Amino acid sequence: MSFWSSILGRRKPVQANLDALFGLPGAAITLETAAGFRPTGLGSVCYRQAEGAAFAQTQADVVELLDADEGPDVERSVDDYGYTWLLTRQDPSDTAGLVTDLHAVNTTLEAQGFGPGLLCSLVGFTDAAGRRLGLVYLYKQGTFYPFAPTGGQQRDNLLELQVRDLLANELPIEPQLQRWMPVWGAPGL
Amino acid sequence: MTGVMALMAVLYLGFMAFLIAYGFDTIFIVVIAAAFAVAQWYYSDKLALAAMGAREVSPQQAPELHGMIDRLCAMADMPKPRVGISYTDMPNAFATGRSPHRAAVCVTTGILDRLTAEELEGVLAHELSHVAHRDVLVMTLASSAGIVAGMATRGAQYGAIFGRGNNNNNGAGAVGFLLALVVSLVVYAISFFLTRLLSRYRELSADRAGAYLTQKPSALASALTKITGDIAAIPTRDLRSSQSMNAFFIAPAISGASMKTLTSSHPSLEQRLEQLAKVSAELGRPM
Repeated sequence: MSFWSSILGRRKPVQANLDALFGLPGAAITLETAAGFRPTGLGSVCYRQAEGAAFAQTQADVVELLDADEGPDVERSVDDYGYTWLLTRQDPSDTAGLVTDLHAVNTTLEAQGFGPGLLCSLVGFTDAAGRRLGLVYLYKQGTFYPFAPTGGQQRDNLLELQVRDLLANELPIEPQLQRWMPVWGAPGL
Repeated sequence: MTGVMALMAVLYLGFMAFLIAYGFDTIFIVVIAAAFAVAQWYYSDKLALAAMGAREVSPQQAPELHGMIDRLCAMADMPKPRVGISYTDMPNAFATGRSPHRAAVCVTTGILDRLTAEELEGVLAHELSHVAHRDVLVMTLASSAGIVAGMATRGAQYGAIFGRGNNNNNGAGAVGFLLALVVSLVVYAISFFLTRLLSRYRELSADRAGAYLTQKPSALASALTKITGDIAAIPTRDLRSSQSMNAFFIAPAISGASMKTLTSSHPSLEQRLEQLAKVSAELGRPM
């Protein structure tokens, strides 16, 4: 029981929930028809790089796997908080392919025991006016939230709430607004 | 500080024993003691933040700190605690609060100045593990259980041997009081060592859980080395006093379990680094 394991100081690391990610292609269609936001074809996975050789090997395997197709290569970057982002590109119309790529990263990391290191995944959208929107998937909660930066460190909360209401039936949306953490400058936005 | 705490508790217990020996109801005393413990636990966040002179900071005031805690909480799937900063140069951090939903994590400006972002994250993960493990509840229970057990033991002995309220025999009353005092002191001493032992165990648990959360045990190890180094560099007692005592140690092996390690609330740095090295090896091993 989780209460007793936490009282005894033996709380296990939380495993990532990977399944809800496959609701994204349907949500992308809803976003395009109802709000005019089209996928940019960019998606990224954010995780914690564990120290040691085992993780470096796993990460190299992931990059090799994603680079195996004839598309553009995967870009790896490290943000200010020390989290690693893997950015993958697909044709903007192929959201399902993008999700498959993201899922490949997740399953490889999880199979090697690094599931607890997964933080979030992000898929980018943009509309005709150039507004940017990211759908962020929180692995541990298994929920999505919209993130709409408007340049600088400002976000368009009105748009985010609209998107929340729009996608409420398609995706599990994070109910706690406190968890909608800003990911400024995330690759894929 | 430890000595002072022990003296205060001895005084407190002696006073309680005195009260009960002179005819106050045992249940009443236990209820009062329990009420103090519950209040201490219930208001732990406010009490601890006020005691450290800490101020709660908003995400606008400390964006980096909040961003770090946001991410760690998302990874650990736990509610975000409130964040406080204490304006002292002593490098330290603590977590408090009655439950994970009403918790606060506080860091001092001293620790913010000294640690790198990675090391600070290790420290925050350690504190969040305290919150997740409900350490405030556990330690309050442990210490209050010791006090209540001491009083109950004494009350039971007194009641069993001499019966209640034998006001007609002053001699037996005095013996009863002395016995009550001795028993409560012994029980208190035992519970004191046990509480400290429990505290050290929970520190190690928090270290391990924090290291698995950030996946970087070496960052926490480096932070601990920095902090303990800074704290240990300030001498707390006259160095001459320990010199003369060294002659009485039979073997260096026994000095490992000295009074200091038995009464310390935190494990030794070596012990903590050793455990973090194990976590690091565990992470580095391919599945």
